[in-house]
Amino acid sequence: MEHIISVTVENKFGVLSRVAGLFSGRGFNIESLSVAPTLDPSMSQMTIVTSGDERIIEQIVKQLNKLIDVIKVVDLNETEFVSRETAIIKVHTKDADRAEALRIVDIFRANVIDSTPSTYTIEVSGDPKKIEAIINLLQPLGIKDLVRTGRVAVAREPVRPVAAQAKKVARD
Amino acid sequence: MKLTGAEIFIECLKREGVKTLFALPGGVVLKIFDTLHQQKDIEVILTRHEQGAGHMAEGYAKATGKAGVCLVTSGPGMTNVITALADAYMDSVPLVCFSGQVPTSLIGNDAFQEADNIGLSRPCTKYNFLVKDVNDLAATIKEAFYIATTGRPGPVLVDIPKDVSMAKAEFTYPNSVSIRGYNPTYEGNKWQIKQAAEAIMKAKKPILYVGGGVGFSGASQELLELAEMTQIPVDMTLMGLGVFPGEHPLSMGMLGMHGTYEANMAMHYSDLVIAVGARFDDRVTGKVSEFCPYAKVIHVDIDPTSIRKNINVDIPIVGDCKTVLRELNQILRATVNGEQKDLRKPWWDQIREWQQAHPLVYHQEQDGPIKPQQVVKRLYELTKDRDPIVSTDVGQHQMWAAQYFKLGKPNRWLTSGGLGTMGFGFPAAMGAQAAFRNRLVLCIAGDGSIQMNMQEMATAVVSKLPVKIIILNNGFHGMVRQWQDLFYEGRYASSNLGTTPDFVKLAEAYGAVGLRVKKVGDLDAILKEALATDKPVIVDVPTYPYENCYPMIPAGGCNHEMLLEDPPELKKKQVGSEKVTPEDKDTVLTA
Repeated sequence: MEHIISVTVENKFGVLSRVAGLFSGRGFNIESLSVAPTLDPSMSQMTIVTSGDERIIEQIVKQLNKLIDVIKVVDLNETEFVSRETAIIKVHTKDADRAEALRIVDIFRANVIDSTPSTYTIEVSGDPKKIEAIINLLQPLGIKDLVRTGRVAVAREPVRPVAAQAKKVARD
Repeated sequence: MKLTGAEIFIECLKREGVKTLFALPGGVVLKIFDTLHQQKDIEVILTRHEQGAGHMAEGYAKATGKAGVCLVTSGPGMTNVITALADAYMDSVPLVCFSGQVPTSLIGNDAFQEADNIGLSRPCTKYNFLVKDVNDLAATIKEAFYIATTGRPGPVLVDIPKDVSMAKAEFTYPNSVSIRGYNPTYEGNKWQIKQAAEAIMKAKKPILYVGGGVGFSGASQELLELAEMTQIPVDMTLMGLGVFPGEHPLSMGMLGMHGTYEANMAMHYSDLVIAVGARFDDRVTGKVSEFCPYAKVIHVDIDPTSIRKNINVDIPIVGDCKTVLRELNQILRATVNGEQKDLRKPWWDQIREWQQAHPLVYHQEQDGPIKPQQVVKRLYELTKDRDPIVSTDVGQHQMWAAQYFKLGKPNRWLTSGGLGTMGFGFPAAMGAQAAFRNRLVLCIAGDGSIQMNMQEMATAVVSKLPVKIIILNNGFHGMVRQWQDLFYEGRYASSNLGTTPDFVKLAEAYGAVGLRVKKVGDLDAILKEALATDKPVIVDVPTYPYENCYPMIPAGGCNHEMLLEDPPELKKKQVGSEKVTPEDKDTVLTA
């Protein structure tokens, strides 16, 4: 099952490779990973989308916690959360297609952030299904370039941290 | 006053109580060596290979319980020590390894003897540091020792670029360390411990399954109290040997692939497994799906990732073995009464039956070839009063040592368990000898594995580390040959070592003492001669080449389905075929 894990880490060099190395070394999946500094510039926030059965997810959470540069791990699937992903899509637009492209942008509440006589560059945010949907609609026009950020997610208040959950495991 | 990075390095080591440094110099660490040369507090043991330095530091750590420290140069120095780091990581050995690095201005430029030390060591260390500024050096070293020795211990690497060792900074050593992402849990959850105590009181067929964590935690006394109070039999893992007295009536010896019959049967049929400081390695569990099918499992470990990694656990307790056992004992002391003894009588009857049915056996004929088990057994009997430290390499000889050398105390057993590193034994023994100059340190080795770090004999002679090496010389990579006999129809692909060196002459060439046992009748006399020598000794014992190690659970097999002797077709083959006898080999060697 897919899980979104939110990891607060030290903002220093080499941390990303420790996390990535953990996943590759132990054969865990990473579907996407995004990372950026938090409000406190000494820390970064990672959002990792991964998958596996209950045992694997438990190991992933524990192994992440074991990394010395990892400050906090939250398995967002333990709670309610909201997630978003942004995609930037560059589409070919022949004269006949330009109106159609704009219509699609409108339907998905996306934005055109750059334009040339033969292309539009479209920015769209949402859950993965929405992004898949707009890609499907734009595909017949001819997609020249596609970049996606991977998902970022945050728990809805209130959140139960996994640090406390590890202790709960011990009480079970 | 300002100190150079090299001076800061030495001051930090002194404050951490480091007395011995296993090291090999190179261009980028010369400043550190030069500074070490001008002081007397820390002894530098110059090894002949960086792998040797790493294993010596491991041996030192396992024997003393303190962090072992080694120093290597950049590039090949670093890549050579990787095996030791990986070994220490698997076996939770507290190790601090310092590596030299090219000057910070050259990092990433493919400079001479440059390697990405941080990248190379990341998957085989608990943590690693690159020190880019001399002002951070002291605090980094403090953190390195803290991380290596606390929680589940492990190796830590500190990479020091050449310019950092030469630059100057004000020296202050921090008194304490605080790392926000690292807070090992020592206290076990009280409610869980109470649950465990209740389960122990109720169990009809309980078994203690204890590992190296008990040793690192210093919990042997607590374990002994627990076992004696509750009369629960004790299975030890390979890494756990010595944490419980091997000759104690409650000891079942080692469990697992080559464990005793009763240890594995008791595991399989028990109704409560109490795992303490052990990690359910595949060499212990065999086929996971059929492991301990009737048992509830209590698992005490300081590393949360060990719990529920391989098998399901009913009562997990994250915490330090000593702290948890102490608390558990306290509860049990108040509740244990005579009832448990009656409750468990059938269990003990069953265990005694197993013990009598299939004890460890081998057949030594008076004038026949020397059996390897006989060598280990005699060595044990001749030395047990001297409380020796015993190291082994990896293979058949290691398993026989584990079966027949019954250690009484922790910190006496140096072996490579998780990684299974051939070549570990000799340097590890030297590391222990460097820590305890007056103790008896034995290295039980095979003729294959001893050659993997033979060069350290020069170190042993020069640094006066009188380790006693006993080579069980069967002319084979014996464990490989055993598997080939059992599972590959006896095709000895690359397991026959052919002409081995003359170990007696080899020892003498290094300036050590070499002895050979030519027949079983001479065994005691030669061993005694070796033990009385104050120099490093090699005792070459040509043994019966086709002896196999039993009991054996074939990889992926179930714990109660052990092979106890050679299958009939293998026996027939051995009798019928032309064999090299030890006598023949002796003529070859001395010709």
